[in-house]
Amino acid sequence: MPAAILARFVLLEARRGGLPWLAAASIALALGLAAFLSQVALTESLALQASIVAALLRASAVFLIAAHVASSTLREINDKELERMLSLPLSRSTQYLGRLAGFALCGAALAVACAAPLLLWASAGTVALWALSLACETALVAAAALFFSMTLAQLVPAIAASAGLYVLARSMAAIQSIAGGPLADASLPHEVARWAVDAIALLLPRLETVTRTGWLLYGPPDAGAYAAALAGLMLYTGLLIAAGLFDFHRRNL
Amino acid sequence: MNRDARALVCVPPWAWLALGLSLAAQLTWQSTRQPAPPAAADLPPPPPAQALRLASFAEAEASARLVMLYVQAFDLGGGNALPYKNLDYRRLTGWLRAILELDPRSEYPLFLAARVYAEVPDEARSRIALEFVYQEFLKDPNRRWPWLAHAALLAKHRLGDLALARRFAAAIDHYTTSEDVPLWARQMDIFILEDMSELEAAKIMLGGLLAKGAIRDPAEARFLKQRLDELEARIARGTKR
Repeated sequence: MPAAILARFVLLEARRGGLPWLAAASIALALGLAAFLSQVALTESLALQASIVAALLRASAVFLIAAHVASSTLREINDKELERMLSLPLSRSTQYLGRLAGFALCGAALAVACAAPLLLWASAGTVALWALSLACETALVAAAALFFSMTLAQLVPAIAASAGLYVLARSMAAIQSIAGGPLADASLPHEVARWAVDAIALLLPRLETVTRTGWLLYGPPDAGAYAAALAGLMLYTGLLIAAGLFDFHRRNL
Repeated sequence: MNRDARALVCVPPWAWLALGLSLAAQLTWQSTRQPAPPAAADLPPPPPAQALRLASFAEAEASARLVMLYVQAFDLGGGNALPYKNLDYRRLTGWLRAILELDPRSEYPLFLAARVYAEVPDEARSRIALEFVYQEFLKDPNRRWPWLAHAALLAKHRLGDLALARRFAAAIDHYTTSEDVPLWARQMDIFILEDMSELEAAKIMLGGLLAKGAIRDPAEARFLKQRLDELEARIARGTKR
């Protein structure tokens, strides 16, 4: 199956490119920082360790996968490797989806590696839910980074756009809460701004509802809420894939 | 050695010298600029909880604890014999309130308010911290009653304010509804009215919390044991704080 072969190449490239070492370094750094901070905590030292490690590893996994996807894709474009691949008897969709499947598998491997240290503080079931959520989140980020890399064809803009989308998606609930606060002015400009914020929120995934540190500290999430959060992630990943395929088919390579 | 790198002898002497000198300059410069521990006056006004939430990028639990460590450092370091006695407590409780809004299930802000900030040898500041504990208890009585129970003991033994202690004790009895709240906590009024020393009362309360499994964190257990030992030693010396 051609897509599976492409995915395997992507995984091989990630392993040879040092991604496992970067993941190991992130885990060591997060554990070290958590151990240091818990020394000054008077209470909740275990909760502090778990929350710091979870938050740092989530951010690290997302950053590593976005940077890896962008650098790998742009290297292929710059080395004319993509053009060579397109000369093969493979459809563009197969090439795009095969590559994305490989990146999503890299993200899943990162999620498992990042979740493993959390077994020190939380139950296996809760950690498994957290890891599955992180795997879906990294798949979304991989889809976003692949889309921006193909579209913008430059490393820094591709990483900046992926990071911008991710940070905005994670902050959107807080921004909406500020915009709709009871103390806010009820003038027309404010209403327009609030409407604009709500409109932007419609175009973003609800990342504040997934991979929550609170699950590790206060118990697993409600099954319905968890399923809805993951369904939202998958829906948005599907949108990014559709947009990426649309752009890739349209491009004159 | 990396196949892309040449041997170290290929580096010209002036490059070695420049690297050594710039490293020495950096170390010298930084060693003269050690930051002082944050003083009481440095505590800035608390940000709105919404601003903290925005800055946390949806990592409320981790951010709440990091901000708590940040606040805890003010007026603590250096050769400070009486920590926290110079802090602006209105500002301080504003920070604690914002942190609790960020993560309402965290026990850290109430622990610090009841066990650390309320125990400063300054009646006015102690009362502000105790009132903060009382106000926050009202928002979630079934979870936050242990801090108000300690506040009741402080009000009686440190402030000598029996009315305030009874008000706190009555609030525990009146507002808690959970089966998990032990009988001794519901009957704190008797506890307060009895002619019991501070040490005896503290031992009963901590013993009750430990028996119930309410203190699970090793750092907290260590801190409370140290506090109990200090109290015991102070009473043995016959001195009153």
